[in-house]
Amino acid sequence: MPHPLPWYVAGPLIGLVVPALLLIGNKPFGISSNFRHLCAAIAPCGVDFFRHDWKQTGLWNLTFLAGIFTGAWLASWLAPPSVHIAPAAMAALHGIGLHASGGLAPRELFSWTSLLTLRGFVSVVVGGFLVGFGTAYAGGCTSGHAIAGLADRQLPSLVAVLGFFAGGLTTTYVVLPWLLR
Amino acid sequence: MLLIPYFVVGALFGAVLTEAEVISWFRIQEMFRFDAFHMYGIIGSAVVVAGLSLTVIKRLGLRDAGGVPLALEQKQMGSGVRYAAGGTIFGLGWALTGACPGPLVALVADGVPVMLVALASALAGTWLYGYLRPRLPH
Repeated sequence: MPHPLPWYVAGPLIGLVVPALLLIGNKPFGISSNFRHLCAAIAPCGVDFFRHDWKQTGLWNLTFLAGIFTGAWLASWLAPPSVHIAPAAMAALHGIGLHASGGLAPRELFSWTSLLTLRGFVSVVVGGFLVGFGTAYAGGCTSGHAIAGLADRQLPSLVAVLGFFAGGLTTTYVVLPWLLR
Repeated sequence: MLLIPYFVVGALFGAVLTEAEVISWFRIQEMFRFDAFHMYGIIGSAVVVAGLSLTVIKRLGLRDAGGVPLALEQKQMGSGVRYAAGGTIFGLGWALTGACPGPLVALVADGVPVMLVALASALAGTWLYGYLRPRLPH
C-alpha cells in the first residue's frame, strides 16, 4: 500500500463516515463527546455536565471509538505507516531544535521517559489536558466541527475551526520554539 | 441497539487515519506550517463529500426508524465565546500532542503507548470543564 494513503482517497472515505452514522442510527459524527461519556461513567461526582445517561446517549460512540482503536491497530500491523514529511517542514523542526525524526511522533517528546522532561510533560500532559478542556468547551473537535459541522454549513463550527487554527498556529510558532529551545 | 455497525465504521475510520498518517505529529506540524497540501486535501475533500451526502439525505427526505429526519443537530451560536475560546484552547493542545481525540486513541494502538497519559489528561480536562461550566462564558 502506498504511504501515505493519498488525500483524495482518505478524505472522501472520512467524509462518508458522516452519512454512514446517520444511516445506521441517526447519529452525529463527533469523537470528543466520548470524553464526556467517559467522565460520566468514571467520575460524575455530581457535576451537572456528567449527569446524562451515558449508556443511552454514548454507548454507540464509545463502540465507534473501540472500532477506531482496533482498525488503527490492524492497519499499523498489516501496513505500518512510515512518515516522510515535506523537507521544508522537517528543516523548520530541526531549526527550532527538534532532532528526532521518523516514527509517528518524535520520541524525544512522546516516550515514557520524556514525561519527566519539561518538553515531554508539556507535549503529552498539558497538550492532552488542553485537548480535553477545549473540545468540551467548544462542543466538538476536528470530527464534529471541522468535518461534520462545516459540511452542514453551521456557522458555530466555522468559528470553532478558526479557533483551532489560531491555537494551532500559536503553539507551532510560539510555544514549540520556546519549548524546544 | 445493535452496536456492531458502529464498530465496523469506526474500524474503517481508524484504519484510514493510520494509513493516511493523519495520526502523525509530523503531519500536523506540516499542516500548521503550510508545508504540504496533504492534511488540507483530506479535511477539504472530507467536508465536500460529507456535505454532498447531507444534501442527498435531505433531498430524499430520509428518516430513521422512529420517523425522525436524518440530520445533524443545529449548534446554537449564542455569544460565540465557547466556540472561539474552546476552539483556540483545543488548537493549542492539538499542535502540542499532534493529535485530535480520534488519533489520540489510534496512536495508543499504533505504538505510541504514552498517549494513554495524554488521554487520561484529556479526560481530566473535560472533567474540569464540566466542573467550571456554570462559571464560564458560553
